[in-house]
Amino acid sequence: MKPIWNDTQEYDLKSGKYVKIWQGPQHPGVTGNMSLELLLEGDEIKWLKTHVGYLHRGFEKLMERRKFINCFPIVCRICVPEPDTNEYLFAAATEELSGIEIPERAKWIRALNLEMARLAATIMGLGGQAASFGLGTIGQWAVAHRDFLLDSFEELTGGRIYHMYMIPGGVRYDIPEGFAGRLEKTLVKIEKLISDIDKVMFNNAVFKSRAKGLGIIPKDWIEPFGITGTTARGSGVNYDVRKDHPYLVYDRLDFEVNVGTDGDVYERSLIRKEESLLSIRLIRQILSKMPKTGPVRTFIPDILHWKIPAGETYLKAESGRGEYGYYMVTDGSEYPRRVHVKGASYTHAMALLEKLGEGVTNADIFGLMVSLQTCPPEIER
Amino acid sequence: MKEMIDRIKQKFNAKDINQQKATLVFFTVEKKDLEGCVLYMKEFEGYGNLTMITAIDWIEKNQFQLTYHLHNYTNRTDVSIRTYIEREKPSMVSIHNLWAGARVFQREIKELFGIDFPGCPRVNDNFVLEGWDNIPPMRRDFDTKKYSEETYFPRPGRYKKDNVQFMEENLYPVEAEVKKSIADTVKKK
Repeated sequence: MKPIWNDTQEYDLKSGKYVKIWQGPQHPGVTGNMSLELLLEGDEIKWLKTHVGYLHRGFEKLMERRKFINCFPIVCRICVPEPDTNEYLFAAATEELSGIEIPERAKWIRALNLEMARLAATIMGLGGQAASFGLGTIGQWAVAHRDFLLDSFEELTGGRIYHMYMIPGGVRYDIPEGFAGRLEKTLVKIEKLISDIDKVMFNNAVFKSRAKGLGIIPKDWIEPFGITGTTARGSGVNYDVRKDHPYLVYDRLDFEVNVGTDGDVYERSLIRKEESLLSIRLIRQILSKMPKTGPVRTFIPDILHWKIPAGETYLKAESGRGEYGYYMVTDGSEYPRRVHVKGASYTHAMALLEKLGEGVTNADIFGLMVSLQTCPPEIER
Repeated sequence: MKEMIDRIKQKFNAKDINQQKATLVFFTVEKKDLEGCVLYMKEFEGYGNLTMITAIDWIEKNQFQLTYHLHNYTNRTDVSIRTYIEREKPSMVSIHNLWAGARVFQREIKELFGIDFPGCPRVNDNFVLEGWDNIPPMRRDFDTKKYSEETYFPRPGRYKKDNVQFMEENLYPVEAEVKKSIADTVKKK
């Protein structure tokens, strides 16, 4: 394999040919608190460095000093747009290490919660993608429709952004009376939104001409960079954790994974649109196949003195941005020994963005950054 | 999976083999065998995707554990390779030439644990900390509370609400009272 990196090339900043600028951490185009150090020649980026650290809260360190149940308010804050994957993985890791089996109905409710979160994250991502190319109206539509979903979350879990709903042993409460009907109304609204987005974004000449051919990821980069999720599927790799390592009830659901071929920003956005339609179909399937009655929580030991036997495990789930992983090590005490959170965009937004950004124009770098689903909070933890 | 484990045992003298799930296995190799082992897994066993590299501080054993997690896209299985290195002047061979994404993981470990990866590009650059002059913060002997008390302006202590104490005071007030008085007497003596 040819070396992907060219670390030896140096640019003479005093030659007057280049200009170095910083974009972010406060910039309307960047995704969250992250800054890009760009070296420009005219309008073209010659060299790019990503800088994180503006949002470092030391969650992995804090978790080492807290009891297992006290970690729950922390893990959901690792990713703002889609906190439920964190909650699920932390709960599932503690359950696996302590040998707890959760009730059947709790599994279905967890899957429902995860798909709702994916839907909320993907439609907001679509809006962000459109806004990064100057189509701001679509961003506003998407955020408004996400708010309808947040209403459903509030009804189901009690919280709008952070839910802390999936706890060890199951979920906190049962689904409220008539929830499915009200959620269906929101889903119909979102379907209408996606068909509108299809017309004004994917058939828009400006979006098409800018996004086509931008940030192409060749298929042989998938493994060296560890790319997962929609970013990998856009480049033709058929890998989805829900299908290949089924967790919860995904092996009992009927769905197909969307795979593209081009590997550019347009293809990735298209895959993301298909993903949101897939989430809607999955939510409907889950609500119809779910057992109607049954317990939603099992007995767990006294959570204040809960000791988990020594062991280690790695659990993964498919979030809206790719494979999310939790590596948990316990040493038999009341505290986790080490929790390593492998965020989905860790591999995309640091090394890959630095490589893909070379040769892109200054105006297109934000569109590229959003298409890789950069999420700084999960990079820094 | 079983045949693969046998081959690893034979070739690299893998120890502490723990098959956590049908698709996930943990094992330990010596520090000197690590690079050969990951290269073998990548080239001959099909584990081409580096999911993560992470470190664990076993301060009581005076060791750091490094975990390399690899994924196989073909047969959809994972392996986690552990290795132990000494805690004084920790250093590990860099694998940035095997995986393009490895440099970011190594840079993070260098900053947060102080484990060096000689030869890795940009390994000494800041990752999340800037102008840090203390011991690496993810080590177990780094006291977060003490550091914040020394570094930031002095403030009166926070209102503390310990879960265990709170539940005791609410559910078993008499026992909590007795416990508190015993603790006070012991403290006085």
